[in-house]
Amino acid sequence: MRALQGVDLEVHRGECFGLLGPNGAGKSTLIKILTTLLLPTSGRALVVGYDVATEPFQVRRRINLVSGGDSSGYGVLTVRETLHLFSQFYGVPGPVARRREEELMEITGLRDKADARLSGLSTGMKQKLNFARGFMSDPEVIFLDEPTLGLDVEASRDVRAFIARWVRERPERTVLLTTHYMMEADELCGRVAIIDHGRILALDTPSALKRTLPEEAAFEFQVSATGQDLEPLLEITGVRSISHHAHPGTGAVELKVVVQEDDVIGEVLGRLKGLDRSVLHLTKMEPTLETVFIHHVGRGLTDEEAGNGA
Amino acid sequence: MAPEDAARSSGLGQRLRMNLAAVYARASVRVKASFRERSWLLGETLFPFLAMSAFVLVYRGLRAPREYEGFVVLGGAMIAYWNNVIWGMASQFFWEREQGQLQLYLITPVSRMSILLGMALGGMAMTTTRAAAILTGGILLFHVSLPLERALPAFGLFLLTLGAAYSLGMILSSLFLLWGREVWHTATILQEPVYLLSGFYFPVSAMGVGIAIVGSILPVTLGLDGIRQVFYGPAAHGLLPVRWIPPIQIALTAIFLFVSAVSLRYMENLGKQEGRLTVRGD
Repeated sequence: MRALQGVDLEVHRGECFGLLGPNGAGKSTLIKILTTLLLPTSGRALVVGYDVATEPFQVRRRINLVSGGDSSGYGVLTVRETLHLFSQFYGVPGPVARRREEELMEITGLRDKADARLSGLSTGMKQKLNFARGFMSDPEVIFLDEPTLGLDVEASRDVRAFIARWVRERPERTVLLTTHYMMEADELCGRVAIIDHGRILALDTPSALKRTLPEEAAFEFQVSATGQDLEPLLEITGVRSISHHAHPGTGAVELKVVVQEDDVIGEVLGRLKGLDRSVLHLTKMEPTLETVFIHHVGRGLTDEEAGNGA
Repeated sequence: MAPEDAARSSGLGQRLRMNLAAVYARASVRVKASFRERSWLLGETLFPFLAMSAFVLVYRGLRAPREYEGFVVLGGAMIAYWNNVIWGMASQFFWEREQGQLQLYLITPVSRMSILLGMALGGMAMTTTRAAAILTGGILLFHVSLPLERALPAFGLFLLTLGAAYSLGMILSSLFLLWGREVWHTATILQEPVYLLSGFYFPVSAMGVGIAIVGSILPVTLGLDGIRQVFYGPAAHGLLPVRWIPPIQIALTAIFLFVSAVSLRYMENLGKQEGRLTVRGD
C-alpha cells in the first residue's frame, strides 16, 4: 500500500502552507519524509534546497517539528530546563536560548510554570511546552502536525495566535501545517492543499479554492438518529453528495447535502420524511474550506469513509 | 534554525561545539534526575550492596582466601557500570521511542553518539554513587583490602575498560533503536549469563581458558581481570598477563566505536526505510 502517490508540491519561503486531509490521507507520512524521519521509496524531496535523503544534516539544522498530542521532555525537569535542553541539540548559544525560553514561556502562558516539573503539569500544559520546544531553535521551516490536537478552545486560540504572529514577524520563515480544523487552515494558511489517499486533490489559496466550487448549494441538516439509511438521498436527481455523522452533543445526525440548485432541497426534505427521519434543524452553508473539502473528497473530515449507516 | 544559530553550527569546530553542548545537555538531565529522585538512591546503593554481601559471606563461610572477598567487591562495583551501559545507555533509544520522544532526537542535527554519550556520562553520577557505596561498604564492613598504592594503575585500567564497554554499548544501542522490544527481552534473558561469563564474583579463569576467552568479548571481563591482578597479583588467577590488557581495551574501543558509527547509521536508515523509527510498541 502506498501512503503517498505522485505528490508534487512546492511551498514557498515565508509561506504558511496548510495540508488538509482525513486520517490516513498521507499528511503525517509527508511530514515524516520532509523531517528526515522516513525515506521516500521513490521521488525526491527538498527542504530549503537540501535533499532529505542525502543531506539530512543540512535539513535538520534548519527545521523543527511539533506533533500535536505529543509531549516532550522528562518528568524530573522543569519547563525552563526542558526548553533549554532541546535548544542545545541545535547549537543555540546559551544567552540566546535563555532569551527565547523567556519569550516562548510568556507567549504560551507557561511563565508561571517556568520552574515547575513536567510531572506536575496538566496534559494541556505539556502540549503547550512541546509546542514552545519546536520554536526554541527558531527554525527556518517549522512542521506543525496537528498542533492544536487535544487542546482546549482557549489554548488552541493562543497557539493559533502565536503561529500567526511568528509568521508575521518573521517573513523569511516557513510553516507547514497539517490540521483537522478547517477554520485553523482558513485563518492561518496562505495556501492549502487537500490530500486524500496519498494524492493532492486541490491546491490554492483558501479564497481561490472556495471560488472554484461549482454553482451548487450546500445545506446542513440535523435529523433524528433513528430511521432508515440515508444513502437513498443520493438517488435524487440534483443531489451531488451527502455526508453525515452523529452530532456529539445531541445524539442527532448531522447531515450535509450538496445540491445542484436550491430547488432540489424540497425533494430532499420529502425523502427524509419517507426515511422516517425528522428534520430538527436546517441551514444553508456559505462556502467554506469544509465545503471545498467535501466537494473534492466526497465526505467531511470527521465522517467515516463510506457506507456508514447513521 | 535562525541564521545567527546556523552560522555558528556550519563549520567543523562549530559542529564539535554543538555536539559537546548536546552531550552536556543530555548528561545534565540524568544528573538532575539522580539528585531529584532520592528514592533511586536506595535502590541503587543498598540493594546492590546486599547482593554483593551475599557472595562475600559465601566465600567467608567457605574460608576462601581473603582476596576473594576483594574480587566480589570489585565485581559488584563493575556491575554497576555494565548495567549503566545496557540499561542507562544502550536501551535508551527504545525507551525514547516508546515515549514518543525518539523523533525529537532524530530530527536534531547532532550525532546520535553525542546523545548516547550524554546519557552515559549523566548516568555515571548514579552509577558511581552505587559503585562507591559498594566499595566503601566492602572496605568498612568486610575489611576488604584494596592497596592504595596500586589504585592509580587500577583506575587507569578501569577508565580504559569503561571506554571499551560504553563503545560496545553504542553498538547495542543501534540494535535497540530498531528492534527495541526483542532486544530488550534478549538483554534481560542474557543478563545472568553475562554476569557469569564476565566473572563478576569470581576469577574468570575459573571457567577454563576457552570460555573465559569467549567472555572476554565483553570489555568488563578483561578489565575486571586486569584490575584484580593489579590489586592482588598472582592471587587473582589472571586470565591474561595484565600488561596485555590496556592495548586490548584500546583496540576494542577503536573497533567498537567504528562499528557503532556504521551500525547506528545503518540501523537508522533501515528504520527510515521501513518507517519503524516513530512507531511505538514495536
